[in-house]
Amino acid sequence: MATKSKSNYKKMAMSPKEYQSFAKTMEPPRSILGNCLKAFVFGGALCVLGQAIQELYVHGMGMTEEAASNPTVATLILMSVIVTSLGVYDKIAQWAGAGSAVPVTGFANSMCSAALEHRSEGLVLGVGANMFKLAGSVIVFGTVAAFFVGIAHLILGTGGQ
Amino acid sequence: MLRGKQTWWFEKRPVIIGEATVVGPDEGEGPLAADFDLVHPELDMQQKSWEKAERLLLEQASEFAIQNAGIERDQLQFYIGGDLLNQIISNSFAARSLGVPYIGVFGACSTSMESLALASMLVNSGSASYVLAGTCSHNCTVEKQFRYPTEYGSQKPPTAQFTVTGAGAAVVAASGDGPVVECATIGKVIDLGITDPFNMGAAMAPAAVDTIQAHFNDTGRKPSDYDLIVTGDLAGVGHPIAKELLLQNGVPMDETIFGDCGLMVYDVQKQKVQAGGSGCGCSAVVTYGHLLKRIKKGELKKILVVATGALLSPLSFQQGESIPCIAHAVAISAGKG
Repeated sequence: MATKSKSNYKKMAMSPKEYQSFAKTMEPPRSILGNCLKAFVFGGALCVLGQAIQELYVHGMGMTEEAASNPTVATLILMSVIVTSLGVYDKIAQWAGAGSAVPVTGFANSMCSAALEHRSEGLVLGVGANMFKLAGSVIVFGTVAAFFVGIAHLILGTGGQ
Repeated sequence: MLRGKQTWWFEKRPVIIGEATVVGPDEGEGPLAADFDLVHPELDMQQKSWEKAERLLLEQASEFAIQNAGIERDQLQFYIGGDLLNQIISNSFAARSLGVPYIGVFGACSTSMESLALASMLVNSGSASYVLAGTCSHNCTVEKQFRYPTEYGSQKPPTAQFTVTGAGAAVVAASGDGPVVECATIGKVIDLGITDPFNMGAAMAPAAVDTIQAHFNDTGRKPSDYDLIVTGDLAGVGHPIAKELLLQNGVPMDETIFGDCGLMVYDVQKQKVQAGGSGCGCSAVVTYGHLLKRIKKGELKKILVVATGALLSPLSFQQGESIPCIAHAVAISAGKG
């Protein structure tokens, strides 16, 4: 069946560097402006919602603004956890990008999704050990950053009461 | 028999006497839905874990493949399969319920054709009369193992691919009715330094090119000898790259139809799958579900399936390593005529 005339195609002549830059040109463009805009709109809307919740605690329940901030964050976290558990948060995030990742709801989503995902490995080795899989680095580097900001304040004499 | 440098020629003409595919809901909404033996309406398939769901897919596909082949389970002599999970647990656990001597293989998403090539070689050499080749993948097990928790909200770039939830299995026999496995070209590991795990298509394209060229050089065939040549899961980014590279190297791919399973399994315009499908199940369900049916209907006479695999692990890419890739090609033709 096979034809006798031998095909003899030359091997790929591209170096890895040449290939990588060629492959770059074949990538579909990423809409940076569009993504920024969506993130701004969605992230902004989340913050407006947060503000509305806080106003509700202040005016509806007679809390001071400072006292209202903790239950406000808790409410947002609860909402994020519910939306994550319903399997919707990841779909919103594909559209909203950083708009859904940066606010506190993103942090709650990272913990809730990891807890859900690893429930099959048990409560201790699954949920317990994996809950901070993604959120852990936020806490570590948040603490490290706070340390350096604290040092800076100490040197400049600007921080604290 | 070895032909050329890396191609096995199956002169005894092993036959695919039965095959089956089982898929998840997203594939069931795709253009090939009617070609699958079973479509699960839910991703969890009423199992307690994603891993169990993936295993169920493979167990069902194997069961149906044996039924479709019209043989009894104890006639089956070997089972060859692999998947993407650590220690290929889906296949090893499915082989436990199959109760057939088992050879576990790993070729990432190229496993479909790797296992079919090995099964055909066993049959061709007279080492077996009936061998089952199978593979599977599940979108959520892969997300969990290679990326983030499934419900984690991260935005995927347009170069990312969507792992197929599905399993495909085929019974290769020494004789019988069905499409014939003519030859198989085993690929080399190729790595041109792509490090982005969200751009597997670009990483795998050079491996597909290398194997396709080796196949033509070894067999003396030309692209026009095939009615259809498909790559496994290069999708929207990798497939045009592969085509461009082949044309640059003087391979006349425009003389045949050059497609990609990752672009066939979903409606890429409508479904939210970024660049297209990927995963072990991708080339398996398209080949065993769709392409073999088209061969049997007489729409296709001879096809070449080039399954592509990215041989990375979550550890290797976190350590900054590039993505080594492989492709295995299997030529399948209509049985009679």
